[in-house]
Amino acid sequence: MSAVDTTRLERVQARVLVAPRRRRIPWGSLLLHALLIACIAVVVFPLYFAFVVSTQDLQQVVQRPPRLLPSWHLLENYAQAWRKANMGVMLFNSAVMAVTVAVGKIVISMLSAFAIVYFNFRGRMLCFWMIFVTLMLPVPVRLMSTYEVIGTLGWLNSYQGLTVPLMASATATFLFRQFYLTIPNEMAEAAQLDGAGPMRFLWRFMLPLSWANIAALFVVLFIFGWNQYLWPLMITNSEAMRTVVIGLEQLIPRSGTELPTWNLIMAGAMMALLPPVAIIIFMQRWFVKGLVEAEK
Amino acid sequence: MPYVMTRWCSAATTLLLVGALLSVPGPAFAKTEIQFWHAMTGQLNESVNALVKQFNESQAEYEVKPLQKGNYTETLTAAIAAYRQRQAPHIVQVFEVGTQTMMLSGAVLPVYQLMKEQEIAVDWKDFIAPVVGYYSKDGNLYSMPFNSSTPILYYNKDAFTKAGLDPSKPPQTWKQVEEYSKKLMSSGAAKCGFSTGWPSWVQLENMLALHDQPFATKRNGFDGLDAQLQINQELGVKHLAQLAAWQKEGVFSYGGRRGDADPKFLSGECGMYMQSSALIGGFTKGATFKWGTGQLPAYGTPYKRATSIIGGATLWVMKGKPAAENRGTARFLKFISDTNQQMWWHVTTGYLAISNSAVKNLETGYHFKKNPDQYTAFAQLTKGTATPNSQGIRLGNFTQIRDVIEAEMENILGGKKTAKQGLDDAVAKSNDMLKEFAAANKQ
Amino acid sequence: MQRTVFRNRWLPYALVAPQMAVTVIFFVWPALTSLQLAVYRVSPFGDRSTFVGLDNFTKLLSDPDYYASVVRSFVFAGGVTALAVLGALVLAGLATQKIRGLAVYRTLLLWPYGIAPAVAGIIFLFIFHPAYGILPYFLSFVTAYDFNWLLKGWVAMTLVIVATAWTHLGYNIAFYIAGLLAIPSSVIEAADVDGAGPIRRFTAIVFPLVSPITFYLVVLNMVFAFFESFGVIDAVTKGGPGQATEIMVYKLYKDGFIGLNLGSSGAQSVILMALVIGLTVLQFRFAEKKVTYR
Repeated sequence: MSAVDTTRLERVQARVLVAPRRRRIPWGSLLLHALLIACIAVVVFPLYFAFVVSTQDLQQVVQRPPRLLPSWHLLENYAQAWRKANMGVMLFNSAVMAVTVAVGKIVISMLSAFAIVYFNFRGRMLCFWMIFVTLMLPVPVRLMSTYEVIGTLGWLNSYQGLTVPLMASATATFLFRQFYLTIPNEMAEAAQLDGAGPMRFLWRFMLPLSWANIAALFVVLFIFGWNQYLWPLMITNSEAMRTVVIGLEQLIPRSGTELPTWNLIMAGAMMALLPPVAIIIFMQRWFVKGLVEAEK
Repeated sequence: MPYVMTRWCSAATTLLLVGALLSVPGPAFAKTEIQFWHAMTGQLNESVNALVKQFNESQAEYEVKPLQKGNYTETLTAAIAAYRQRQAPHIVQVFEVGTQTMMLSGAVLPVYQLMKEQEIAVDWKDFIAPVVGYYSKDGNLYSMPFNSSTPILYYNKDAFTKAGLDPSKPPQTWKQVEEYSKKLMSSGAAKCGFSTGWPSWVQLENMLALHDQPFATKRNGFDGLDAQLQINQELGVKHLAQLAAWQKEGVFSYGGRRGDADPKFLSGECGMYMQSSALIGGFTKGATFKWGTGQLPAYGTPYKRATSIIGGATLWVMKGKPAAENRGTARFLKFISDTNQQMWWHVTTGYLAISNSAVKNLETGYHFKKNPDQYTAFAQLTKGTATPNSQGIRLGNFTQIRDVIEAEMENILGGKKTAKQGLDDAVAKSNDMLKEFAAANKQ
Repeated sequence: MQRTVFRNRWLPYALVAPQMAVTVIFFVWPALTSLQLAVYRVSPFGDRSTFVGLDNFTKLLSDPDYYASVVRSFVFAGGVTALAVLGALVLAGLATQKIRGLAVYRTLLLWPYGIAPAVAGIIFLFIFHPAYGILPYFLSFVTAYDFNWLLKGWVAMTLVIVATAWTHLGYNIAFYIAGLLAIPSSVIEAADVDGAGPIRRFTAIVFPLVSPITFYLVVLNMVFAFFESFGVIDAVTKGGPGQATEIMVYKLYKDGFIGLNLGSSGAQSVILMALVIGLTVLQFRFAEKKVTYR
């Protein structure tokens, strides 16, 4: 029932048996902990430092040697950044965008991956490759022309314009396809013998099995939608429609004639990254569990 | 198939729009909206909003809506995309290097024409010459200057004192810059002598203008699209070779493009700094030491001293809007060029006031006496001798060209190429771009 | 590989229809329009366009700068993929051992993934900044070498590779953790009993068993590094110093958006697309053979 073929397992076990004998290291567990903590420290440090800066005032930011412990200006920095960048509205817009893109993509990808794996229809491989090719064209290239399409449809500065074009890429389909390929044939055969049509098969069998993948994808796509910058910048024409990443970029003076207020910028960055990070933390159990379940 | 779809879709949209318009009741008492797209971030964003608020509250017919559209590049791209969709804003802020692109685009309504059509009197002669010269064609102003500045020299007075230098006397020649730097470094008052912001704008464009040397042929591009760069001539090579040598000694410390090197001065690492005059406000707030300003240093003989050129951005009016809305645009532009607003903008942001009357008012109001640093920029721009080489630069694809130049400067300063080699390469690449531009914009 | 399929005439078409619709309208069509620009020379505002045939292509292919950017792109993508995938495997391996506090460790490793690349770029920019960055400050105690990434190309390249790999670690780690946990413990125990050390266990058992995941991640990371990474470069080095971090997609962005040369930008997209499609097809051909499903 696992993703591992029994014959493959046997092959692997055979190789291991040929390996030379070695002594177990008893204090491995301590070493492990130490290694993990070290690695995590390195990985997490940039974030921690960003947080520290978001609690300082400007003088402390440019100070040398740099301070490594949080300071006392947390509330005023965050309040200022919130006000300056109009965070409330933006957080809402980002949330709408992220959730819509995630849900939309999951639905359409699941359906098309199912069709590609479980049916043999004309143009099947063409569809697959066409979908797959969408991964290959970089955003800057399609930006202007997608803008024109949206303009023609009258979707400028709207939620549809923000979300639908982002549903056009293949990562989710690719993932579902890989996953469906690991489901044993027997299940589909059994369903057919029972007289279940494909839609019932999908609904009653595949869907429950896929929760894992769906949870994982939701996290990934939510983050993808949340962190978009260039596209929302182009097609939103009013403050009311802007997203949080844009708000953050606005806090950073880029004209080179103004000093960056790094503490406010980091405060904005923390607010911008909190929801997606929270989603990961909250959903990581399902996320990982899900991927594990999927493999069983 | 997609083409048919477009026709169908736009037909449907048009029908919907017409239906919507027809269902709107009578003449609304709502204010006419003027869309104003700009690239000001941070504190400047707030200043823009404050300025616009002043206009909106001063009259009841029009409401200007400012929208931050990213940095200068993103704002321009967005305006172009929107224009092609007939959704362009009324006013767009474009940086000075985009001037040629805008002028030849056929998508703009020149400011002088706008004011003529709307019959609003503007005293064009009141604007200060270097600013107006940059943005005019045949003596007519095409875009409204908005945030202009020029680079000046900042220096750390406390460090000067520590090094035994007179804190009231900034260096005036490059020789003095070297001398002072070495003193600053040997006395431990600073780790490096000086740094610079906006490398191409300050060290090449302005340096050449200041010394009455050409940046490009055809009067720096004003006279034709077939201009070629001349930065690899004597002064250009001499100055960059000098900077590279100083980088090795530590007299000069490169800090990146744009304003990335600002902290070098702010933290006291470098005792002197050359950057836009618009930074005065920021330094006032952020510096923990006494500092002063001076004009940019020069090499002296055999070069004549001219004036520096401006940087910053201007406001362009987009074509294709109804006359009623153009009136609002015209009134807004007139508003911001009025003396009071000029003075307010200057005092709030540090950008130059662009009319002589505003400057005079600031003088008589003792503003300059109280803030002598603000006067340095004006003096450098207006009190020297203006020559054809110091009018400004008008080249197509100038953004890319500046990029090319700064990349080669980094190669030179990093020791990868000699000054002559790097500048020759920059000129070759830039001339190619100029040819491209000329071909794409054949009149 | 015999798969069971359902037999419906119209159902599959109905199922793929939504995705195909979105793909065609919002992807294929705009893509074709932009690619069309590759054979034109257009003025920025679109009012003038001349057909120039393969001119844009010949200009690119005879420009040594372009070849340099291709090489750089491979270096960058290779670096990011290697760092992000291998690093993830090692970290996931550590985080799935039989020790306490596993869930906490796992969470701490995953969350950087939630950070937008542009935001991550800003944070790293701040940390690596030669003037007030904390990293150069600490490094100055270790060595007198000036890691000035503003003037030293290789330092800048390392910086963007590290920043980009960092953002993608979490994603890779999640997949690897799932894959590692899926390995039946009986296999691991059998190996333990037979005396295989941790390293041997890893190379002989674990690595082959997670190969489907490795394949998926390598493809995705490469594609991501080639295409989506320009946000980090834009936020941090902007292609500098000199042109040391100007990879293909960034050059494309620069020429198209900043230089407003849509013709050259279109030509570059065509070449970039062809390159990555070629790469991916190769990967599918060769690697998928080694990867076993069922």
